[in-house]
Amino acid sequence: MWFENTVKNMNNTKHSAAYTPHDASSREESTMQRVNVGLARRYRRERLFRYCGLGAIIASIGFLLLLFISITANGWTAFIQTEILLDIKFSAEHFDVDNLSAANYGALVKSSMRQLFPDVKNRREKRKLYKLVSSGAVYRLQKMVMKDTGIIGTTQAVWLPADDEVDMFAKGRVDRDLAENNRRLNDKQIHWIDTLSATGRLKKKFNTTFFTAGDSREPELAGIRGATAGSLFTLAVTLFLSFPIGVATAVYLEEFAPKNKWTDLVEVNINNLAAVPSIVFGLLGLAFFLNILGMPRSAPLVGGLVLTLMTLPTIIIASRASLKSVPPSIKEAALGVGASKMQAITHHILPLALPGMMTGTIIGMAQALGETAPLLMIGMVAFIVDVPGSVTDPATVLPVQIYLWADSPERAFVERTSAAIMVLLAFLISMNAIAVFLRRKFERRW
Amino acid sequence: MHLSFFLLILLALSSGAYMLGKQKALQFTRERGAAAIHSRPGYYGLLLALWCALPSLFIFLFWTFFSDTVLTSLAINTLPESLQNLAPDQLNLMVNDLRNLVAGHVAPRDIDPVLQLAADKYNSMASISKLALGAVMFCAATVSSLLVYKRIVPEMRARNRVERIIKIALMLCSVIAILTTIGIVVSVLFESIRFFKQVPITDFLFGLKWSPQMAMRADQAGSSGSFGAVPIMAGTFLISGIALTVAVPTGLMSAIYLSEYAGPRVRTWAKPIMEILAGVPTVVYGFFAALVVSPFIRNSGEMFGLQVSSESALAAGLVMGVMIIPFISSLSDDVINAVPQAMRDGSYGLGATKSETITNVIIPAALPGIVGGVLLAASRAIGETMIVVMAAGLSANLTANPLHAVTTVTVQIVTLLVGDQEFDSPKTLAAFALGLLLFLVTLVFNVVALYVVRKYREEYE
Repeated sequence: MWFENTVKNMNNTKHSAAYTPHDASSREESTMQRVNVGLARRYRRERLFRYCGLGAIIASIGFLLLLFISITANGWTAFIQTEILLDIKFSAEHFDVDNLSAANYGALVKSSMRQLFPDVKNRREKRKLYKLVSSGAVYRLQKMVMKDTGIIGTTQAVWLPADDEVDMFAKGRVDRDLAENNRRLNDKQIHWIDTLSATGRLKKKFNTTFFTAGDSREPELAGIRGATAGSLFTLAVTLFLSFPIGVATAVYLEEFAPKNKWTDLVEVNINNLAAVPSIVFGLLGLAFFLNILGMPRSAPLVGGLVLTLMTLPTIIIASRASLKSVPPSIKEAALGVGASKMQAITHHILPLALPGMMTGTIIGMAQALGETAPLLMIGMVAFIVDVPGSVTDPATVLPVQIYLWADSPERAFVERTSAAIMVLLAFLISMNAIAVFLRRKFERRW
Repeated sequence: MHLSFFLLILLALSSGAYMLGKQKALQFTRERGAAAIHSRPGYYGLLLALWCALPSLFIFLFWTFFSDTVLTSLAINTLPESLQNLAPDQLNLMVNDLRNLVAGHVAPRDIDPVLQLAADKYNSMASISKLALGAVMFCAATVSSLLVYKRIVPEMRARNRVERIIKIALMLCSVIAILTTIGIVVSVLFESIRFFKQVPITDFLFGLKWSPQMAMRADQAGSSGSFGAVPIMAGTFLISGIALTVAVPTGLMSAIYLSEYAGPRVRTWAKPIMEILAGVPTVVYGFFAALVVSPFIRNSGEMFGLQVSSESALAAGLVMGVMIIPFISSLSDDVINAVPQAMRDGSYGLGATKSETITNVIIPAALPGIVGGVLLAASRAIGETMIVVMAAGLSANLTANPLHAVTTVTVQIVTLLVGDQEFDSPKTLAAFALGLLLFLVTLVFNVVALYVVRKYREEYE
């Protein structure tokens, strides 16, 4: 190291100075010279080091930007859905008044498609034609009829959702110049789509299905409502259990626990639990909650229990830090005017420590909201169409929905995955923002 | 009648008890003056309310845990002899059928009349036991609160009693953390022991081949030798190694820059951004790795004429590295800030530049803390699941080439346990053995890291 040498040189200089003063000054000069000679190199190194640090930060931020940009670029189109305008003839012969849901709505869509393109005769081509409209279109017609039976016998212009491939094409996600074999739509279908859009029968509107529907195999019918509801139920269970237990544990360890081996063990144990891989908690949930206690698979209740165990260490550690930051003088004053220890804690220390505890809890909840792996273990990966209505219904959660969609082969699921990620990140960022706000507003320096 | 109805009634009862207790205490103060009672009136109410609620609550919890087991065995007893003497696994199947019948999950045409009888029996007994539960809970609540009500006298130390109950409750809460650890160890260990009865532990720890699919068929040659965890551990360490090579320099340098060079303005916007990076869910990183990074690495590898697997260890490792950058940077930031200013000043006084001070004084002084942070980060990388599940491969190749596909412990646990499973097959049990291995490895890292960090902190305080 350079400066060890320099120091050594200086020492030498001092020793020799005692013997020959004249010699010493020339030596000192030479030391200064040596320092000066090295200075440029050292400053260069200094700059380089500094740039390295700056580079590291820029690299991290750049990666974050790249992540956000690529997700947004992939995902924003999922909020738009292509629809096709069809003149549906609700002719009376199709409907049995007593059993409206059993009518053949598919035939209505097909006949109106045939009307639009009368020159399509070939059976195989017809099938290709029908494929332009989503298979979910029939449900929309069914709903219309159930709502108002008066439309039977009339002809209505109805906007129906287009198939996901048409949607992708309309959004420009499919390359028109690709060889026919390499795309899902053939040339004829593209020609039909062009005709539709030229006659104003194709429009893009805000995709409400994405927010109101559960999961589906068809991308254009799939939505995040089921997963969001599942996430809310799971988080509710987690919050309901982990906040009281976490705070109680923190209060006990900080204020009541005797300082002995047992307390030490609990502390080490909590610190270690905070670093146990999340998937191990999933294994615990599978072996204990499902196989021993016989709780229902895929239920938000079990998910919430597992996430409670996982987030408890975070909440306990944050709550303890928050309790520690309340100055002891407050407690002493309370004890001095005759409060019991418990009264001093519940009346004075807890209210002052609460903002910090809530910040820790929100951060723990954000962590729980983004967690996937332990929930895979307890069966929350099932394909579930229905929106869950209680904590024991089978459900999935947003991150798991993202994982499931990311595995789907359809091109249209890529944009839906990205859109679901955008929704999840929006939730997480607003939760963190609330935590930061709480910290700023209630933080007290004593 | 729903079970939560009972809890609501209990809540109403105990709030009534609170009023009663408080009233009685107030009565004393009216008769003999405010100083006559030991505690404030509310405490008498609270004591009564707690005594009203707690016994019933215990009965309720006990019932919810055990009623199903008891009722099922009672219902089984009503079945004919021949059915009761079935082999355990067949009996299990039948119990499952019974449960489904009770829950109404069976189409009417599939119903076995004998089982239906048992199910009806189960249902009738269930409704009786529910009513009994309600009655017992009500009795327990009223009796225990009456007993306590009678014992309320001015000299009673109600506050101390309430506080003792609360303190016990607090202590029970702190035991949950211990119970969690015990639960993890026991559940994973128990299944692992069952696994090691079928596959020798030495085969698991030192076997070089991993292909759990093969052992599904007993007649397959070498079916017992396909549970070697070495390639999986190698893959795990390869990916974690790549992640740490990315994360340690970047995280450390950004921590150094933020704490030593950056002005307060840069710090106020750079730190939250690092926190956002830490808050992004791993499933998002996994999606990003699979969608953007993997294809990018494969394409750029092909440009240089390299054969890159589409699920290369490099892609998963790189993204995982980015994931743990904020982790390392915030931990290093803490320890760097803990180095006393006097040491910096001493170094500057000798004429050292800032970077020389950092590399020769601050980093050596902060080294134990940094090492602890790196170990914690390594443990996190080893246990990370979603990124590798989505971006790394499934085939267990024993290779050190980062461009090849490797698999990790967590990926194998997920693939073995997601979907339908039979609980006795070595394939499912192997997942628990891997879980045990994962738990132990991360435990060692964590304990060493916590020890190092703790020991270091004592030095400057």
